[in-house]
Amino acid sequence: MRRATRLAWVVTPAVLLAGCDGWQSALDAHGTSAVSLKQLIILIVAVCSVVWMLVMIALIMALWRNRRERPLPVTPQPSTQRRMTATVIAAVAATTVVISGFTIMSFFATRALGIGGNDELTIKVRGLQWWWSVEYFGARSEERFETANEIHIPVGRNVRFKLEGLDVIHSFWVPSLAGKQDLVPGRANELIIRAEKPGIYRGQCAEFCGMQHAHMAFLVIAESPDEFDKWINAQRQPAVQPSEEELAGGQRTFLEKPCAACHTVRGTAASGTTGPDLTHVGSRKYIAAGLFETTRGSLAAWIADPQTIKPGNNMPMVPLTPEELRAVSAYLASLK
Amino acid sequence: MKANITGPATRDTDLERSQLEAELAETWKTPSGLWAALATVDHKIIGRRYILTAFVFLALGGILAALMRIQLAQPEARLIGPDRYNQIFTMHGANMMFLFAVPVMEAMAVYLVPLMLGTRNIAFPRLNAFSYWIYLAGGTLLWLSFALDMAPDVGWFAYVPLSGPQYGAGKRADIWAQMITFTELSALAVAVELVVTIFKQRAPGMTLDRIPVFVWAMLVTAFLVIMAMPAIMVASTSLILDRLVGTHFYNPAEGGDVLLWQHLFWFFGHPEVYIIFLPAAGMVSTMIEPFARRPAFGYLALVMALIATGILSFGLWVHHMFVAGLPRLGNSFFTASSMAIAIPAGVQVFCWIATLWDGKPVFATPLLFIIGFIVTFVIGGLTGVMVASVPFDTQVHDTYFVVAHFHYVLIGGAVFPLLGAVHYWFPKITGRMMSETLGKWSFWLIFVGFNLTFFPMHILGLQGMPRRIYTYQPDMPWHGINLFVSLSAIILVAGFLIFFLNAIRSARSGSVADDNPWAAPTLEWATPSPPPSYNFARVPVVSGSHPLWDCSDGLAVANGLRTDRRELVVTSLVAAEPQAREASPRNSIWPLWAAIATTVMLIWSIFSPWAVVWGSIPISITLIGWFWPKSIPEDES
Amino acid sequence: MKERVALDLSKLPLHGMGTASVTWWGTLAFMLIEGTGFALVIAVYFYLMSLAATWPIDAPKPDLLPGTLATLILIASLVPNVLMSRWAEQQDLGKIRIGMVVMSLFGVAPLIVRIFEFPALGVSWDTNAYGSIVWTLLGLHTTHIITDLVDTLVLTTLMFTRHGNNTRRFGDVQDNAMYWNFVVVTWLPIYGCIYWIPRL
Ligand code: HEA
Ligand code: HEA
Ligand code: HEC
Ligand code: CUA
Ligand SMILES: [Cu+2]
Repeated sequence: MRRATRLAWVVTPAVLLAGCDGWQSALDAHGTSAVSLKQLIILIVAVCSVVWMLVMIALIMALWRNRRERPLPVTPQPSTQRRMTATVIAAVAATTVVISGFTIMSFFATRALGIGGNDELTIKVRGLQWWWSVEYFGARSEERFETANEIHIPVGRNVRFKLEGLDVIHSFWVPSLAGKQDLVPGRANELIIRAEKPGIYRGQCAEFCGMQHAHMAFLVIAESPDEFDKWINAQRQPAVQPSEEELAGGQRTFLEKPCAACHTVRGTAASGTTGPDLTHVGSRKYIAAGLFETTRGSLAAWIADPQTIKPGNNMPMVPLTPEELRAVSAYLASLK
Repeated sequence: MKANITGPATRDTDLERSQLEAELAETWKTPSGLWAALATVDHKIIGRRYILTAFVFLALGGILAALMRIQLAQPEARLIGPDRYNQIFTMHGANMMFLFAVPVMEAMAVYLVPLMLGTRNIAFPRLNAFSYWIYLAGGTLLWLSFALDMAPDVGWFAYVPLSGPQYGAGKRADIWAQMITFTELSALAVAVELVVTIFKQRAPGMTLDRIPVFVWAMLVTAFLVIMAMPAIMVASTSLILDRLVGTHFYNPAEGGDVLLWQHLFWFFGHPEVYIIFLPAAGMVSTMIEPFARRPAFGYLALVMALIATGILSFGLWVHHMFVAGLPRLGNSFFTASSMAIAIPAGVQVFCWIATLWDGKPVFATPLLFIIGFIVTFVIGGLTGVMVASVPFDTQVHDTYFVVAHFHYVLIGGAVFPLLGAVHYWFPKITGRMMSETLGKWSFWLIFVGFNLTFFPMHILGLQGMPRRIYTYQPDMPWHGINLFVSLSAIILVAGFLIFFLNAIRSARSGSVADDNPWAAPTLEWATPSPPPSYNFARVPVVSGSHPLWDCSDGLAVANGLRTDRRELVVTSLVAAEPQAREASPRNSIWPLWAAIATTVMLIWSIFSPWAVVWGSIPISITLIGWFWPKSIPEDES
Repeated sequence: MKERVALDLSKLPLHGMGTASVTWWGTLAFMLIEGTGFALVIAVYFYLMSLAATWPIDAPKPDLLPGTLATLILIASLVPNVLMSRWAEQQDLGKIRIGMVVMSLFGVAPLIVRIFEFPALGVSWDTNAYGSIVWTLLGLHTTHIITDLVDTLVLTTLMFTRHGNNTRRFGDVQDNAMYWNFVVVTWLPIYGCIYWIPRL
């Protein structure tokens, strides 16, 4: 195994080059299944590289051997014919061995992927054009809550994602943690993920789902169990009531304008469900499925003109005066 | 047309060579003029048109690819918006698969197969003409819709519900579905012609084990078309029904199912990729002989590999759906069957290498393309084996890794042999040689440019870049490689440009070619370059698998055919013993009318289901015109 | 290229019948295409059935009468059809003319029954997926009958013209008969699907 790995480094410098990058890479693995997938990938790539090199050596030798010109077609000689037949049969046999090996490996690796644990946390993820709705449950029904585009999980614990496509097919993929799984309307799919290291892992919709498929990202934030509990308790709370006048004005505008028809802010009258739950939108790292970091400014830019920023998305431009816009974005930013 | 059928029949037996050729030319000719050009049923003229049209679509699809590469060269580029981009990649994929790759292979076969079999025209020549018109109409429909900003934007496999009535607004998805109907209709027609030509019109004595491997490949391909294309016809028709008259095939709320679409599509879609690859493999097996100067090693193994690939290809479709949520362990069956394809593929690769090993290679451009093909196809095949592994695929499905895989097999595995084939058969088709200097330049630019463009995409995929995104954010680590890929594509485009220039220039002013410039062994080289309208003045008689290599005492031919009637020999299925002097239909304008009537009906039916009812009346009329006997010698029996 | 004559073909017939005819093979190839299409639609039927909680979905079982009547007509039509094929082989123009007229009538009869068959399904195509698939099955086969009927009518007309007395036409009649057998044979699994599977 070590030799195989070393070989992989030698024959595919490209993989080496890619070993140490970003937060959304199958090669930067920090989840249990991503780590085992990475090993499998490296092994298969290494073996295939060797196969390719052997074929190339045979090809080069074949071309090198008899390069002088001869006008007449070569008449096959029985003895060479026999030797070549034997070689081809041997090569086919070797091929069979290699692919059988791959098949068996894949089979066991697949079986390992599907195994959960008994202290599982269940999270429901729904894919919509072009954002993610995330639902957490609790022992009691009022502990249930929804959020969007940002998923917190505790490190070292199996998390079972229940995946549901609400409009078209999407695909849930956090390469650094696990392989992908589609969200198919009318079907209940699942995926089990365990993060082994705290960190922020980016995921992105991997199935083409229309106009803004390119901007349908999300974050999985793996944190220590303590931090996770803190986060989940905070999220279960309704939205903070605004204390300052500007924020209260923002809330009023939010509730009076069409915003409330599409968005929920728990603790207020806003209970629309077409758009993301905004109860704690200010606490999320990004808005609009990974498009901008959450700041007052980016919120204002988004609300002022969502269609230029993310053409085709399902939030219309709602005309607001500059004051209203300022107040609404300040209010939303304050929803930590 | 001669109305009198009672006069004394002329026979070639009694004629001098020059008189024989003159009489045959009179009987088989396509007169000059537009009308005659529209009415011709000569497989060479239609094949040439078909090939040219397919290459036009290659250039158009390539320009779309260049646009995508410009857009993706940097993060958050604003050149192309999401709506256009989605149309562009859908057009690129659909155009390359349905309007270029599949038709071009059939087109080469329409031209070459009758010549390689030693017959005078393809079976059902009028159907052949019809098929070309339908293909042209389908391609025009797709590109017109693109010009009108109405092109499909749902990907080349148009998954529902995105393409369904609820989310696919406008007529875009309908245009995709109807383009499918057009191209499948034409592909099915050609498949039937090829099967019957290969079964019944082989030169006397061309037993099954003497058929050139390319022809075998086309036979297997034609059967794949016949068995696989109905699946996409069922799929696209039911999609149109869902969209137009409110059926619920794909609506989970009413008992339909979303994955049903994927099953139907890929039950066709996987054989489809071998419909593209097998002809290319056949071209390699056939072309390698003159350039290795040796009969291909392992004829039986090569043919069995083609057949085995064809059969296996129906048992793999689920490997495109590994992450759709089907039972994962059940998926492992499809891992096994997909990987099994490596065996017939390996058999062919090993046989080609063995042929080169024992031969005396002549390094002309076609051989360069064959070598380039082996180098790249093996990479593409091996990445295919990688994605066939379920766990591996969960990380790379729908990423640039898969984009890399399929361009390696499509371009490396099919376009390289095709370009080699164009250089190889160009003298037969045009009577002129292509320039070797330009040929070598285009080969090296395409080979190097191709690998620099597509190899890095494997890494992009592993680095998490999904496919079908119109842009990506600057904080993703992809921009370096994307820029590199886009720049490399310039080399690739330059190579294609030289190829096109070479072809156009050589067709006009290339050096004049002999009948058999490569000293090749198959029958198409036994007739002048370009071949006369009747292909062979006297039909060849075959007694070995390399007729032009084993004929030191002259080519054996048959006589006794009439010259006043388009006559060709029908032979028995296995032993190719002559059974009849069958007539081959004359030129006719009716296939064009039928194609026009069909086109009107199909396009109309995007808008109203009644089109099927009213539109079939003109179709029936044109078909009656087509088949009604005309009291000409061909109608005698 | 130097040529030497090795074979004389002048004794061959101008047209072959049966497996020596290219049209016969062409008809077979088209039957293979259509057969694959029917097999796929039937596969879709079973696929949808396997997903449904109840089958038929929210609909009564289809009424047996019209479908069974159509089946009986189709099966009965095989007798004149086979006879006709035999007459075509014997090249007996008089009998062929009668046979073609009979076969035309046998093409019209099931179409008349079909008019009652669609409502007898008890469900509309846009009610649910069950309705969609049974309408498609029935619709597809009806199209099949109509195309063959048009073909038969044209050929019948042809047999009464001066073009009729020609081996080529007799071959066409045989191919037409072969195709009608195919139309009847494809109906049987469809009939089973539509009418009997929901009763199992
Ligand atoms: C010409 C076209 C062509 C060809 C020939 C192939 C060949 C193969 N393909 Fe590919 N494929 C496509 C075109 C093609 N493919 C396209 C277009 C798609 C994407 C569609 C889309 O999503 O848009 C696709 C996608 C695709 C997928 C789905 C990936 C995904 O979406 O996640 C898979 C998965 O199994 C796959 C597998 C294979 C395999 C196993 C082969 C095998 O046939 C390869 C066999 C060949 C070899 C293995 C090399 C030669 C053999 C040897 C030298 C012997 C030694 C070998 C070993 C020891 C292994 N292909
Ligand atoms: C045979 C099939 C075929 C061929 C030949 C190609 C050729 C090329 N393809 Fe294609 N490709 C597909 C089949 C093919 N592709 C398919 C099926 C898809 C999936 C679509 C989908 O997801 O739905 C795809 C998707 C695809 C993508 C992914 C898009 C996305 O997911 O967002 C990309 C990106 O780089 C790409 C690039 C290219 C390039 C650079 C070429 C180059 O090789 C092209 C080079 C050729 C030319 C450029 C033409 C010849 C040149 C001239 C005539 C000169 C004039 C031109 C200029 C001056 C520009 N292709
Ligand atoms: C017709 C429905 C609709 C209306 C009205 C609407 N929104 Fe939205 N909103 C959405 C949708 C859908 C999204 C998700 C867009 C995406 O990311 O693709 C969204 C996203 C957002 C986001 C980003 C949330 C996140 O977590 O990414 C904010 C903030 C927001 N809307 C605020 C507002 C405000 C403020 C208003 C009123 C001025 C408003 N919305 C009106 C539908 C709506
Ligand atoms: Cu959601 Cu792509
Ligand atoms: Cu496949």
